[in-house]
Amino acid sequence: MSRSALNRPSLGTRIGAFVGLAFLNVPVLVIILYAFTTDDRTYAFPLPGVTLRWFEAALARSDIWAAMRLSLSVAALATLLAMILGSLTALAMSRSRFWGKEAITFMLVLPIALPGIVTGLALLAAIKAARIDPGFWTIVVGHTTFCVVIVYNNFVARLRRMPQNWIEASMDLGADGFQTFRHIVLPHAATALLAGGMLAFALSFDEIIVTLFTAGHERTLPIWFFNELFRPRERPITNVVAVVVMIVTLIPILLAYYLTRPTEERS
Amino acid sequence: MNAFAASAPLQAGWSRRASTFLHGRPGFYLSLLLLPPLLWFGTVYLGSLFTLLANSFYAIDEFTAKIVYEPTLATFKQVLTQPAHIDIIVRTLVMAVAVTIACAVIAFPVANYMARYASPRMKALFYVGVMLPMWTSYLVKVYAWRLILAKQGILSWFVDTLGLTPVLEAVLRLPAVGGPSLASSYLGMFIVFVYMWLPYMILPLAAALERVPESLLQASADLGARPSQTFRNVVVPLALPGLAAGSVFTFSLTLGDYIIPSVVGAPGYFIGMMVYQQQGTAGNIPLAAAFSVVPIVLIMIYLTLAKRAGAFDAL
Repeated sequence: MSRSALNRPSLGTRIGAFVGLAFLNVPVLVIILYAFTTDDRTYAFPLPGVTLRWFEAALARSDIWAAMRLSLSVAALATLLAMILGSLTALAMSRSRFWGKEAITFMLVLPIALPGIVTGLALLAAIKAARIDPGFWTIVVGHTTFCVVIVYNNFVARLRRMPQNWIEASMDLGADGFQTFRHIVLPHAATALLAGGMLAFALSFDEIIVTLFTAGHERTLPIWFFNELFRPRERPITNVVAVVVMIVTLIPILLAYYLTRPTEERS
Repeated sequence: MNAFAASAPLQAGWSRRASTFLHGRPGFYLSLLLLPPLLWFGTVYLGSLFTLLANSFYAIDEFTAKIVYEPTLATFKQVLTQPAHIDIIVRTLVMAVAVTIACAVIAFPVANYMARYASPRMKALFYVGVMLPMWTSYLVKVYAWRLILAKQGILSWFVDTLGLTPVLEAVLRLPAVGGPSLASSYLGMFIVFVYMWLPYMILPLAAALERVPESLLQASADLGARPSQTFRNVVVPLALPGLAAGSVFTFSLTLGDYIIPSVVGAPGYFIGMMVYQQQGTAGNIPLAAAFSVVPIVLIMIYLTLAKRAGAFDAL
């Protein structure tokens, strides 16, 4: 097969691709770079000097630790709830057809398809109407709502790719529905569920747009960061926190990628 | 097969009986699974959206600054007739369209290369190179651009080193897009928006392009089409669902964002900022709600159009 002629990209495509990739990645490097600068007043480049003292300074700031703890617990709880709701929906939707199925898919996508500000303001309006004090639980509820679709998407895709005859074979061999789920479906799809959970965690840990509406007086790490953007105290510390946030969000994402990769190659 | 399984004396007990019971009633089984998520979304999400909508039909009393709980169209009228408000809507819409187009143009070669040409290793590199920045903290990225666009920041250093400062200054003097510096101009904001949403365009586009069958390209070549013709008449139409899916993200995300316009500040307001400000410092939830209905309507229109282009098949 003469693939070679078809498989050679034009020069423009190649340049465009690599320039695009660089455009996406350079700003991330800039953040890391500025965590080491000695200059805490401006954003001068080239850096006047290099230091590690901001890492030490950041460690000593209790406001950062408090925000970090809050963000981690919110993300953990929202992820758990999203995994329950998302997997239930995926199990119901993966193989069957029923009236209103499209509407359910649509409703799940809506929190991320609509601008975050709409979701945020809607939740705030409901919180006020129900006379609830916004705080930890309202943040969790908001995060869960838009995390469900992430878990659902991951899980349902894996369930759909699972051959139907595996289930039939299991049933033929005498297993009931629960046994089939436990011994056939779950081992096959657990990594996808876990990956969805990881992505949901990263999404929640990082969320600001909805959170600003639902947080009340609580300060998650992104809210701390947001305040710091307007009233910086020690600028490079913001960069140190940024680096930490990047690591905390990227680890679960890389794990998710690792978890979903082998089966994709197999199929 | 089911009768056989049920009669086999493998394991009896409540779980088997429950399983058989559910197996015979798929509708009941489905409702059992769907009950918790439907309850959650029905009360929390749809309930909230409904409250939001209801609020947009209230108005604020101008003297007491308290919400009057009587249905009225006054707030909507305020949104749609005051020139300053129309300006905000148009400005946001123009930005969203411009960002969507720019994202599509920049994303196409990246997606095309990673989906159709790159070697497996290069492809993995590209996927990681797109996913990493996409999943990097939103605020961290905004902050990065603040550093880059700052007056003595990296970008002006590069521009200066390349001797292009007069060009940059000329661009910044342009009436609509310019401003005192990149960090406080619509141009700067546009760059940040494009950067932020670009991965959301690349990924669905790449997914669509990956599904373009090799045989179609060969057929097109066999029928005498030049590569550019094949590209225009075969590849682009097949990539359209991916493009539509990506544009839903870029369009919707730009319409609703209020962080970027407030961090990379240009003088004019955007819908998101208006909503945030009205509900916060101004305490005028009805006006904020009415304003937030504008992007909902715009996005509903857009989603309908995108759905027609097959956007949801490429998600």
